[in-house]
Amino acid sequence: MHSAIPAVLTELSALDLSRWQFGLTTVYHFLFVPLTIGMVVLVAILQTVWVRTNDEKFLKLTKLFGKIFLINFAMGVVTGIVQEFQFGMNWSDYSRFVGDVFGAPLAMEGLLAFFFEATFIGLWIFGWDRLPKKVHLATIWMTVLGVWLSAYFILAANAFMQNPVGYQINEVKNRAELVDIGAVLTNIVAMNQFPHTVTASFMFAGAVIVAVGAYHLKRKQFVEPMRTATRFGLWTVLLGGIGTVITGDGLGLAMVQTQPMKMAAAEALYNTASGADASFSIFTLGTPDGVSELFSVRIPYLLSFLSTHTLNGTVEGLNNLQAQYVQLYGPGNYMPVLWITYWAFRWMIGLGMLSALVAVTGLLITRKWKYNLPNWVWNVAIWAVPLPLLGISVGWMFTEMGRQPWIVFKLMKTANAVSPGINGVDVLISLIVFTLIYGVLAVVEFKLLVAAAQKGVEEQAVSEDSDKMAVAY
Amino acid sequence: MQLNEIWFLIVGFLFIGYFVLDGFDFGVGMALPFLGKDDTDRRVLINAIGPVWDLNETWVIVAGASLFAAFPEWYASLFSGFYLPLLLILAALIMRGVAFEYRGKGHTIGADEKKWKSRFDLMIVVGSALPALLWGVAFANIVQGVPLNKEHVYTGTLFTLLNPYGLLGGLVTLTLFFTHGLIFITLKTDGDIKDRARALATKVGVITTVLAAVFLVWTLIAHFSVLGFILTALAALSLIAALLANHLKREGISFSLLVVTIITAVGSLFAALFPNVFPSSTNPAFSLTIDNASSSEYTLTVMTWVAVVMIPLVLIYQGWTYWVFRKRVSRKSIPAGSH
Ligand code: HDD
Ligand code: HEM
Ligand code: HEM
Repeated sequence: MHSAIPAVLTELSALDLSRWQFGLTTVYHFLFVPLTIGMVVLVAILQTVWVRTNDEKFLKLTKLFGKIFLINFAMGVVTGIVQEFQFGMNWSDYSRFVGDVFGAPLAMEGLLAFFFEATFIGLWIFGWDRLPKKVHLATIWMTVLGVWLSAYFILAANAFMQNPVGYQINEVKNRAELVDIGAVLTNIVAMNQFPHTVTASFMFAGAVIVAVGAYHLKRKQFVEPMRTATRFGLWTVLLGGIGTVITGDGLGLAMVQTQPMKMAAAEALYNTASGADASFSIFTLGTPDGVSELFSVRIPYLLSFLSTHTLNGTVEGLNNLQAQYVQLYGPGNYMPVLWITYWAFRWMIGLGMLSALVAVTGLLITRKWKYNLPNWVWNVAIWAVPLPLLGISVGWMFTEMGRQPWIVFKLMKTANAVSPGINGVDVLISLIVFTLIYGVLAVVEFKLLVAAAQKGVEEQAVSEDSDKMAVAY
Repeated sequence: MQLNEIWFLIVGFLFIGYFVLDGFDFGVGMALPFLGKDDTDRRVLINAIGPVWDLNETWVIVAGASLFAAFPEWYASLFSGFYLPLLLILAALIMRGVAFEYRGKGHTIGADEKKWKSRFDLMIVVGSALPALLWGVAFANIVQGVPLNKEHVYTGTLFTLLNPYGLLGGLVTLTLFFTHGLIFITLKTDGDIKDRARALATKVGVITTVLAAVFLVWTLIAHFSVLGFILTALAALSLIAALLANHLKREGISFSLLVVTIITAVGSLFAALFPNVFPSSTNPAFSLTIDNASSSEYTLTVMTWVAVVMIPLVLIYQGWTYWVFRKRVSRKSIPAGSH
């Protein structure tokens, strides 16, 4: 049927387009997930304080941030379904090859986490007037459990792609088969990715709370609850930031152990280096490939320390690893795109640290409840909100693009993973559809979030007529 | 019984659960333009499924993921083969989900409330009707068989799927879910809207019965089995009984009977399929079966443990949710002056 289609279209590569589509939809999905992961806990904490102290202020804050959480959650859910289907739609040879292993954590995520999450969030949203106070509080904590479990399982699935474990190749069926589910679920990469992702998510959720607080304090409205919110948010960003660094360190070690090429690529380190030569460049002018370096700021020993936790460790270089991989896996280019990995790694750290710096400063200047600050201070707090989110997004780009050319490290190349039955036109259509829908939704969702944040806290009518069925829509 | 047979049943169970539960959500969505005379009415309808539509939709995610884990070949061939229909379903589900959440929030950003709501209402209607239709088309085609080559790769196009049997299957699910939703409305709402839903259910139900009868007999002739025959007969009987009960204003009984209809009708499709999971119309030797599509023994064992522990638990806490929200919604429940 595609005979009537012009040649330009038939030459479209289903592979390239599928990569674009997967990248686009996953990055997009993960714009919403961090706020969900972090905010659900913060809302649960606020509600717990309210139940404990009966202080109306905390009820108001629970409702406000609960609303923000829900506007965002809806997007996480609808974009998540796309992710679940895409493995089969665009990456069917991948699904055939690793489904036996990779499908298990996904199905567990569904059975253990998604059902849980979807059920208890419904109870929480609609249960305000229908459930006893404590039971209602329990539903948000159950939601926390569901959200965190789902994050764990999906990361275990992703970790298998970074560091395949617990499998065996079945030559007859030409596929990887699960032999040890425990190994898959305790993958060293997953164990480190999970705390790193969660702490980074706290940074973003905290930053959102700070921005909301700052917006109202700047206008001197709702001063009492917003002061509390701002300090709470600032502490969350700071503690999240510290946690992110500590867990990032662990993740770095795991990465060097499992994917040395990625660390070399993060540093654009061509030749194996040790000790002081294994320096970490904070900034490079010129090209990071070292061929035409004009100027760079380097910290000696730091790369060695990051990779091995010793000062005189050895870090393998790209050339070395490339040669090794050619021997092991045949001819080909085994290096990811270096400028992406190099800069993505730095921007991840830089953006996150900048956000933590804002938080420290904020905590210092708002000590003793001083809130008579010039407008520009509040503006900084408001405009700092995207920093952790951007850090998270580029961090993932580093992780995923640093794995290239593999889709499953050492086992399967991305180029062999794409669905054989689909053609470029199909994928072009879906890419356009997703881009359009996602683009429009991004605008709507952003406006609604901002509106909810700007509205601020509302008076809470005390439990009305219990005959009134809770309606939320 | 072998593990892959058990998983055939579990996957069937999850899809049936999805159609029973999200089926009435689709029906309620489709009912908006028919029963929602004003905004309050439409809010009554939406809030009737408010606390549960998300968890109902989650059934399809779990069904898909379970398919991936237990029958990776089936998941891979089916999802890549039905690429464009699935894209439409995804787009529809996104629109529907977002519309539920956002339709009442237009005033917060100063949008023209009427326009805003009518746009999102349209998204709910389309986002409900499209999947209701397409799931039927998809399942009918799975049962009938599609062109698969030796590597189990789908070689047809979108139009291959739009054959008479497939389209009829789509119309059956469309009307069946519509009826299901209408009867759910009689069960969950009060007042004038309930009576209008009942009257409409009778009309749509009659059309459903005719379409379903043709479809099920067609299926039975093409893929006869004793179990299939029993299930088909049960589906037909319970559908007719459900319509009678609806007419007699016994909405509880009517709804339960319709649940039986969906279980047995979808069950009869799975019975017609077995032991194939994705038959090839090109050459029967290229078909995917529960043997050549399934995961390894170890994976199936692990997943069986998870399913055996989790599914009863899931049913319990979801049942509890339905119990918590058992009250009927009516115009009185919608606070005046709210959005
Ligand atoms: C605000 C966000 C943020 C911040 C400040 C940091 N990270 Fe990060 N990092 C992420 C957000 C993130 C992330 C987006 O969440 C990633 C992507 C994959 C993952 O698990 O977390 C990630 C991945 C990631 C990886 C890749 C793992 C892999 O590919 O297997 C490493 C090695 C680090 N991080 C290390 C660090 C170090 C040493 C940091 C600080 C000194 C650091 N990260 C700060
Ligand atoms: C949520 C955070 C994630 C983000 C932002 C992200 C981002 C990306 C990006 C940008 C690509 C394109 C890479 C390229 O083609 O060069 C990609 C590829 C891919 N990622 Fe991720 N990813 C995330 C998590 C995951 C997880 C959890 C999984 C698996 C469970 C996964 C599986 C894949 C697959 C299958 C591809 C396609 C093949 C490929 O191009 O390597 N990703 N991802
Ligand atoms: C590319 C791989 C991914 C797939 C297949 C995927 C799948 C899904 C699905 C199907 C949902 C909807 C669940 C529902 O209806 O309740 C969802 C939401 C969610 N996903 Fe993803 N996801 C991916 C990436 C990630 C990653 C990397 C994480 C966590 C680190 C994550 C965490 C979540 C969470 C916490 C939710 C629920 C909260 C929300 O909806 O915002 N996802 N995901």
